[in-house]
Amino acid sequence: MTPPAGQHGPRSERSHDPVVERSHGSVSEGSHGSRLDPWTKAYAQRTAGMNASEIRALFAVASRPEVVSLAGGMPYLAALPMETVAAAVAQMLATQGLTALQYGSGQGDPVLREQILEVMALEGISAHADDIVVTTGSQQALDLVTRIFIDPGDVVLAESPSYVGALGVFAAYQAQVAHVTSDDDGLVPQALEERILGLLAAGARIKFLYTVPNFHNPAGTTLSAQRRPQIIEICRRHGILVLEDNPYGLLGFDREPYDAMRSLSQEGVVYLGSFSKTFAPGLRVGWALAPHAVREKLVLASESAILCPSAYAQMTVSTYLATCDWKAQIKVYRELYRDRRDAMIESLGALLPQATWTHPDGGFYVWLTLPEGLNSKAMLPRAVTERVAYVPGTAFFADGTGHRNIRLSYCYPDPDRIRVGVRRLARVVQAELELRETFGPYDAMAAGAGPSHGVQSPAPDLS
Amino acid sequence: MTHVRHGRQVMVLAGGLSHERDVSLRSGRRVADALTRSGTETHIRDVDSTLLSAIRSSPPEVIWPVLHGATGEDGALGDLLGSLGIAYVGSSPSSCRLTWDKPVAKALVRAAGVSTPAGVALSHATFRELGAHAVLELVVDALGLPLVVKPSRGGSALGLTIVRSAAELPSAMIAAYAYGDIVLIERLVEGVEVAVSIVEDEHGQPQTLPAVEIVPDGGVYSYEARYTAGATEFFTPARLSSGAAASAAAASLCAYRTLGHRHLSRVDLIIDGDDRPWFLEANVSPGMTETSLFPMAVEAAGLDASGVYAGVAERALATPGPPDPA
Repeated sequence: MTPPAGQHGPRSERSHDPVVERSHGSVSEGSHGSRLDPWTKAYAQRTAGMNASEIRALFAVASRPEVVSLAGGMPYLAALPMETVAAAVAQMLATQGLTALQYGSGQGDPVLREQILEVMALEGISAHADDIVVTTGSQQALDLVTRIFIDPGDVVLAESPSYVGALGVFAAYQAQVAHVTSDDDGLVPQALEERILGLLAAGARIKFLYTVPNFHNPAGTTLSAQRRPQIIEICRRHGILVLEDNPYGLLGFDREPYDAMRSLSQEGVVYLGSFSKTFAPGLRVGWALAPHAVREKLVLASESAILCPSAYAQMTVSTYLATCDWKAQIKVYRELYRDRRDAMIESLGALLPQATWTHPDGGFYVWLTLPEGLNSKAMLPRAVTERVAYVPGTAFFADGTGHRNIRLSYCYPDPDRIRVGVRRLARVVQAELELRETFGPYDAMAAGAGPSHGVQSPAPDLS
Repeated sequence: MTHVRHGRQVMVLAGGLSHERDVSLRSGRRVADALTRSGTETHIRDVDSTLLSAIRSSPPEVIWPVLHGATGEDGALGDLLGSLGIAYVGSSPSSCRLTWDKPVAKALVRAAGVSTPAGVALSHATFRELGAHAVLELVVDALGLPLVVKPSRGGSALGLTIVRSAAELPSAMIAAYAYGDIVLIERLVEGVEVAVSIVEDEHGQPQTLPAVEIVPDGGVYSYEARYTAGATEFFTPARLSSGAAASAAAASLCAYRTLGHRHLSRVDLIIDGDDRPWFLEANVSPGMTETSLFPMAVEAAGLDASGVYAGVAERALATPGPPDPA
């Protein structure tokens, strides 16, 4: 492969040079720079943030068993009845292999789409299977929705903080993210109204509100039942679509799920669902439920991106739903994650009195706020030395804020490991407090930290 | 350069628990690939609690620790491998210790006649005792601005900040202390940033490879600039006058010998406007990734990485007892 005309990179030119003289000495006239990547000038603007980062490098140690990782988001799959699943999948492949290994429909397996209706019914959604588009994880649905709605510079409204994986998609489509104040009950309706008015007055094109209403990643909070219709109404009034991302909705610990926002508005909401948290993230099966006109475009966009979602993966999910007691399995997960949440909250209470945190009643995450003047990003190397990992809060903001915050996950480590992890984290915080006492508060802007240009989220396979 | 005989077994160590684990894993894979291409039987292994027993039960002929940070570069591993009587690539434990501690390396290299930026290494305890404000004020008065703040140990520019005003200094100190207990504050010397890689020839004589000049987009050769291909422009050989290039090579060789290096290393320098080389630091386990300076210098020299690395492994076999620095 050669670079296109006019894009000849320095590296490719250099490779045609005569061998550089080995002796040190004269300035070589042929000496010219290399960027180690002949395509440097060819990349699209949207590639600008796709860089190596110190933070991401530090996550490399988190996969080692010596390190207690409170950084990842991997579901605890060991709780699955693996033998039962294996037998069912083997049977499926033996009897329906020619379909499972063939191209499938771009919109997704019709049988699975019918089953997805049953799953969504648990959160008050009544819909038609025709309006479901099965995707490669709900992450792809997020990508497709963004692709069909966002032109560069368009505004996406999002909670503060917001899901780092969504922020990555929005950045890739050059959207501007406007964070909206959120509290323990999720998005604050009045703050949303004011934010919208301010943006509109400034001439912004607001396309949609992205929200994770249940057991938020990373905040651990849930949008209250009272606020749901208010948020829907504000968006309806301003002609703003709601993108409801709900991977954790069925993983509540203490109560039945709230009705989904989609149950309150068929036309104003695109709903994203996933089997990654309730069954198997490795299969990459998620979906979008959209108003019919939007759904038509999502199907075409998905076909142009991937032709069709994996038939094998969809049929595996379909088989699981049809032959295993998936509701009982969800109950197993709820209890397991509740124990882990309890271990984390208890440990935080005992060991980190200087900090504050959210109290999730479902999902995977606790959102911690450090004492004033500490910086979670600057502190991460110390945590790695202490063999505990977390995700700094800055990853969850598009505007470079979040320095005092930390996302802690309790989904993967068992309760004993969680306690060890929090104990180590407490030592880290104590050492940073001593530094603050000596040097004063950490000033991210003075330290040149600003909004980061590198990728700060851990890879999906981090435990 | 001699090649490692076919059938030799080299164990490449990569990973570990240091802040530079990711870099080490990438470096290790590159070294192992190159060795395999040379016909050397090579396998990669992480450094964990099963390593020593694995080596004892099935010792390879040569171990190449491609480890960055802590255990890999602080001499500890070399001590243990020496106790096991296994040939390994790289400098002796005492040489590693002297190099790993940047203030110590600077003092030794300065005593040997090479300039190094004025600096001061301080522990957090010093600031607590004497008061941060007073100490930092004195540092700025003595060294001027701008300053480079970095952990006294470790690589890949982790924890490094360029400080251009006194107000930035406290936060830069906090960032550096997150990586280690001692922080080095140095005067920033303006000039051409170069890295000189050194590798022993088949007679055990250190040879300098062409200096690589580093021109990062943002002006700072940060972690991001190091490991994002395209974010830094490299010139090989560096755009130096013949005199400056010769001085850079001589200063690097001086550092190599003074610190007692063996087999290979890399010396980082600034060449100022008067063509004078300033020693910043040396690396006994230079990065070997796709964007690293040592492999770039090998290529600039017209050499093949496979041959060079196989030669290094062969040298390790030929010199089982590493010399201690003078």
